[in-house]
Amino acid sequence: MSFERTQEKLKILADAAKYDVSCSSSGSKRSNANKGIGDATGMGICHSYTEDGRCVSLLKILLTNHCIFDCAYCVTRKSNDIKRAAFQVQEVVDLTINFYRRNYIEGLFLSSGIFKSADYTMERLVAVAKKLRTEEKFNGYIHLKSIPGASDELMKEAGLYADRLSVNIEIPTKEGLKLLAPEKNREDFIKPMIKVKNEIIQYKSEKKLIKSTPLYAPGGQSTQMIIGASGESDQQIMWTSNYFYKKFDLKRVYYSGYIPISYDSRLPQIGTEVPMLRENRLYQTDWLMRFYGFEVHEILNEAHQNLDLDVDPKLGWALRNLECFPVDVNTADQEMLARIPGVGMKSVYKIIQARRFRRLNWEHLQRIGIAMNRAKYFLVCASQDFERRDLTGPQLKTLILQNSTSKYLKTLSPQMNLFT
Amino acid sequence: MFNLKESILIYDSSFDGFLTCVFQVYELKMKQVIIQKDSEVQASLFGRRNEVITDQAKADRVWKGLGKKTSSSGRLRIYYGFLSEKKEVENLLLRYIQYVLNSSIPVDSDFSNPEVLELSKIAKSVGREKHRMEAFVRFRLTKDSLYFATIEPDFDVLPLISKHFKSRYADQKWVIYDLKRNYGLYYDMEKVEIINLTLPEDFDATNTSSDYFSIEEMEFQTLWKDYFDSTNIPSRKNIKLHVRHVPKRYWKYLSEKG
Repeated sequence: MSFERTQEKLKILADAAKYDVSCSSSGSKRSNANKGIGDATGMGICHSYTEDGRCVSLLKILLTNHCIFDCAYCVTRKSNDIKRAAFQVQEVVDLTINFYRRNYIEGLFLSSGIFKSADYTMERLVAVAKKLRTEEKFNGYIHLKSIPGASDELMKEAGLYADRLSVNIEIPTKEGLKLLAPEKNREDFIKPMIKVKNEIIQYKSEKKLIKSTPLYAPGGQSTQMIIGASGESDQQIMWTSNYFYKKFDLKRVYYSGYIPISYDSRLPQIGTEVPMLRENRLYQTDWLMRFYGFEVHEILNEAHQNLDLDVDPKLGWALRNLECFPVDVNTADQEMLARIPGVGMKSVYKIIQARRFRRLNWEHLQRIGIAMNRAKYFLVCASQDFERRDLTGPQLKTLILQNSTSKYLKTLSPQMNLFT
Repeated sequence: MFNLKESILIYDSSFDGFLTCVFQVYELKMKQVIIQKDSEVQASLFGRRNEVITDQAKADRVWKGLGKKTSSSGRLRIYYGFLSEKKEVENLLLRYIQYVLNSSIPVDSDFSNPEVLELSKIAKSVGREKHRMEAFVRFRLTKDSLYFATIEPDFDVLPLISKHFKSRYADQKWVIYDLKRNYGLYYDMEKVEIINLTLPEDFDATNTSSDYFSIEEMEFQTLWKDYFDSTNIPSRKNIKLHVRHVPKRYWKYLSEKG
């Protein structure tokens, strides 16, 4: 491996891969059974964090940034005037193994621009994974991109070596895709997703009968949507997300605030701020759907198409549904406890455990660690002291905002900058 | 604050030694006990001082007894709490153990009890440190093909991370050395051993000197640093979040932060 050449390629191809936000390295079941290198059984590990606060857990690179497509939102689009590079299969293998041995990473996240054809590209991605598994006895985590339009045979093989497969749908709506990536069509994204989903189901049922059935993509599938590039509403984003979770059994949907990288008039201009607060609210909604028992239409619907930026979506829901409160923490079921603003799932479990021993009061709740500034208006406990005023939603919201400081304060009130 | 009736049990700082003390508290029906490490004994005018000699069999009996009264995580919490090395943690552990043993039902999830809540918080921070070490250990390849890492964790977590590294790096020899506590783990591709090293006086653990490390080592550190820099997105810069995830005291041994 020539150090200088590899160094230059790594810079280019890591830089091009960084807009893919998936970083997960958990959820696999691959153990070190062959006395080889690596183990992907435990929870994911973030080995470092970039200065923007995102975790570094995988060596995330493109095999190449040559691409035959010209999607407006993508930095490696054909018409973009940038340096191009391509790794050889062996180079990626060497980098992965040497980084892994030093405990820098949990494994490899390999994506690619599409050169020649979808199958030609997918074949090379699979070749890297195969070499790592069979020649290097590598049991670490491998995340491969499913290339839109790749054949069923290749997708089947990919799942035998990879822990996770993902196709990024990128643009939440069909109309947006037509505008920004006219050469691509949605069916090409969905086809490999369906194939992998079906294979996962089949391998799982075979595994029940025959123990020696090999693992097939044990970490499941994920996808990513770009936020704020095509004028979509939060409702469109989250309903799409919900559709993909339900229809394709996805493990994760990632939301990536669009980072302006082009002067294309169809897109937000360079210098436009990355919608990080909105991205955060979408993730909160995603969590409410996956862990808190909310249905997407409860949070986003025709009457309420975008999330509040100044309050979190659970508080927003509570303010619109005051008739559900107050909740008695000493008797309520898990589902209702999880709906109290300021109470996370960990606190829910602690409350359920702790109240078996005695009735809980404010002090107990505070020590358990719930966010009192929001929660106190929505619950009663073993105390005579609780919110007795009959406040309306807007009144409550004002009260809560007055007594809390958001880390997004600057984003919320740009006029404040004038005085600082 | 010292009391004439108080007994002070002094032990050899090992976990089994601590459990032997607990055994003694129950055997002699002792009230008002303080348990102290032999390295932390404070000269006190009052109180009876007893040196407790570590007894494996007694320690095992206490550990087994706890197993019958708590869930495995409720019991493990005691070991994690012990490894925190927090001042006077032994006395908190004793009160926790007494609460567990005196109760007729399992109480390890009684988070409205102050001992349970406090110990579970300490255990959680030890668990966090364990996880951090699994993330922040950086091996460097020495000239004699050994992967070598130095750490200075807040708590004594080496015993907790041994299994993780053993199953992960089954095919390479490695050492993880705790410079703060001056002992380490050595894996020889078969088993993990505890070792004590006498490091050269001029040894600088943060410097990858070619006297000790292989030539390719520096190249991979450079590639890793390049990779780390390339993945950053400047328009999303958020140093506060960055430092919360990677507190500055850990930067010393992270080559990408060099």
